[in-house]
Amino acid sequence: MVRLSRARTAAFSAALLASLPLVAHAAPTAPTPSVPPHQKWSFDGPLGQFDQKSLQRGFVVFNEICSSCHGMRSVTYNDLSGIGLSPQAIRDFAHAKQVPGPLDAAGHPTMRPGLPDDHLRSPFPSEAAAAAMMGGVAPPDQSRLAAIQPHGADWLYAFLTGYHMPPPPGAPVVPGKFYNDWADGHLVGMPPPLMDDAVEFPDGTPATAKQQARDVTTFLVWASDPHRNDRHRTGLYVFAYLSGLLVLAIAWKRKIWKRGTTQNAQDTDD
Amino acid sequence: MKQPELRDEASTDAASPGGPAGWIEHRLPVFSAFRKEYVVFPMPRNLNWLWNFGAILVVVLLLMLATGTFLAMNYTPTSAEAFFSVEAIDRQLSGGWLLRGMHMTGANLFLAALYIHLFRGLYYGSYKAPREILWLSGLVLLVMVMATAFAGYILPWGQMSYWGADVITKAVGAVPVIGGTLEHVLTGSDHLGDIFLHRFFVLHFLMAFLVVAVVGLHVACVHVTKSNNPVGVEPKTPKDTLPFHPYYTSKDLIGLIVFAMVFSALLFFWPGLLTEPDNYAPADPLHTPANIEPEWYFLPFYGLLQSVPSKFGGLLAAAGSLLVLFGLPWLDRSPVRSARFRPICRPALLGLVISFVLLALVGKHHATGAWMLVGRLSALYYFGYFLVILPLASRFEKPRPLPTSLASAKGDA
Repeated sequence: MVRLSRARTAAFSAALLASLPLVAHAAPTAPTPSVPPHQKWSFDGPLGQFDQKSLQRGFVVFNEICSSCHGMRSVTYNDLSGIGLSPQAIRDFAHAKQVPGPLDAAGHPTMRPGLPDDHLRSPFPSEAAAAAMMGGVAPPDQSRLAAIQPHGADWLYAFLTGYHMPPPPGAPVVPGKFYNDWADGHLVGMPPPLMDDAVEFPDGTPATAKQQARDVTTFLVWASDPHRNDRHRTGLYVFAYLSGLLVLAIAWKRKIWKRGTTQNAQDTDD
Repeated sequence: MKQPELRDEASTDAASPGGPAGWIEHRLPVFSAFRKEYVVFPMPRNLNWLWNFGAILVVVLLLMLATGTFLAMNYTPTSAEAFFSVEAIDRQLSGGWLLRGMHMTGANLFLAALYIHLFRGLYYGSYKAPREILWLSGLVLLVMVMATAFAGYILPWGQMSYWGADVITKAVGAVPVIGGTLEHVLTGSDHLGDIFLHRFFVLHFLMAFLVVAVVGLHVACVHVTKSNNPVGVEPKTPKDTLPFHPYYTSKDLIGLIVFAMVFSALLFFWPGLLTEPDNYAPADPLHTPANIEPEWYFLPFYGLLQSVPSKFGGLLAAAGSLLVLFGLPWLDRSPVRSARFRPICRPALLGLVISFVLLALVGKHHATGAWMLVGRLSALYYFGYFLVILPLASRFEKPRPLPTSLASAKGDA
């Protein structure tokens, strides 16, 4: 018999996969609450749309803070047009990054400036290298992080604002690990990433840690579902079209079937 | 199919004008054949909305072929690239998110429509003479579609793709004597990698077109035996029938539009209902996900697999649950088709649906704790329905009186 439920004892089981690289190897000591408090998000619900301003601020946070340890390898620089970056801004941004180029004549690796079609450069050359440099656990790629993590947006926000420095009394203290309400076992290798005014938002919004958490969460949800705005909008058009079609089809069917019940249908010729 | 000189009435009174159409008609009577099979084709006049699902399935199948063809053009079947080629379809390919969304929603709703279609056949006794081959061809389609869906789910090469494939190939390996060989035939090597992925990509593609061929056979069957109906009494006079067009074309159209609305709601507004979050993480042979579970449409069979305390026994139960359906025309000997007139069969069939749903829940809960008991009881009932209740009911059941003709039968459902 296939026995797959071994690890199901963890209440937060599905989160395990996503947060695995984040969590300490120390055995979980306290149960982690499983449902983070619900926040109000502009992109929630069947018709929700991303707030472009928030996406752009979130990108600032991602670019200046998260991307120093986390990759986002499925996203290309061009994809950033989805958060409202102009083609010129994308070209400039990509150009400022050095990405691996072809081998030179002597067979040595080279670097070249990035192009809009390039994928976002990961901070480490490989997962193994990342793990080696980050204390044994590679920071997870963020391309689909918000999709994989149960309660994606709410959890990300709760996690980013859930650090306690110093840890509450009685909590286990492990060197190199930090206490977080929403980490599996409350311990995580990532130090608190967001601090008030650690970044500056171009639109002048005060960069509190909470605001940064909100905006970067929005950005991460966008990264895991970049066509959500289009999807919701297209869905509305499709629904309007189908509703109109349905009315016509019902009218046609009624007309036809009235004929069928009043005379012998086999006599009708068409 | 038919030679021009043997034209029957339908083809002679078909408008066969001169010009190119007449030229073709004289050599290959496609126009008269179309008219005979899809315009004047006699349908029972009392079909209810459950009879929409045949047409719906054809349309979804065409949608799957169309979207699948374009997905295949952008997909790379290697273990290193598969996941990222699907990501690129979803993100960078123009309209790719819509293409893939339609294919994923289509897969789910294809299976859903197929289960409803199958249930309709069970409820109204559409498997009885003279429709046995129609029923059997439908079951062959069910098995083929399940195999195609399984192969398709592997292709994105996410965590659930990988570990689902791992569970199933190992389950096949549990077959005595030939299991190891079978497993090796499926995987192609000692691990799930490039060979396996490439093999299942080709199989997925190939099976899809084989399904089309068997659908052709299935539809040919229904055009020979004609449709069953909710009363289960054959039409006797022309008063009992209506021509397919415009009566059932107009009715099918409404069914299709309503179905398209459900389809769109899932595709555009609630795609999360049909996707497994874990499958957005690339396949990693070193990290077993905490909770491996198949797509919802395989859950009842997964429940059976897990309810039996032996690996091979579970496999037999899961396969047997499909195989027993093939024997149905010969297990149910009652001359009455429709469950409407069968006082024992009708509630027993409701029980069958409940046991099937319970098995799905058992699969979802991995047959742990009390679910194990629920799984075994449901499995017992599932097989009991076909192997005990139906054969006995055919002998001892007192059917309610059947209407003499469809035109006189009242009511719809």
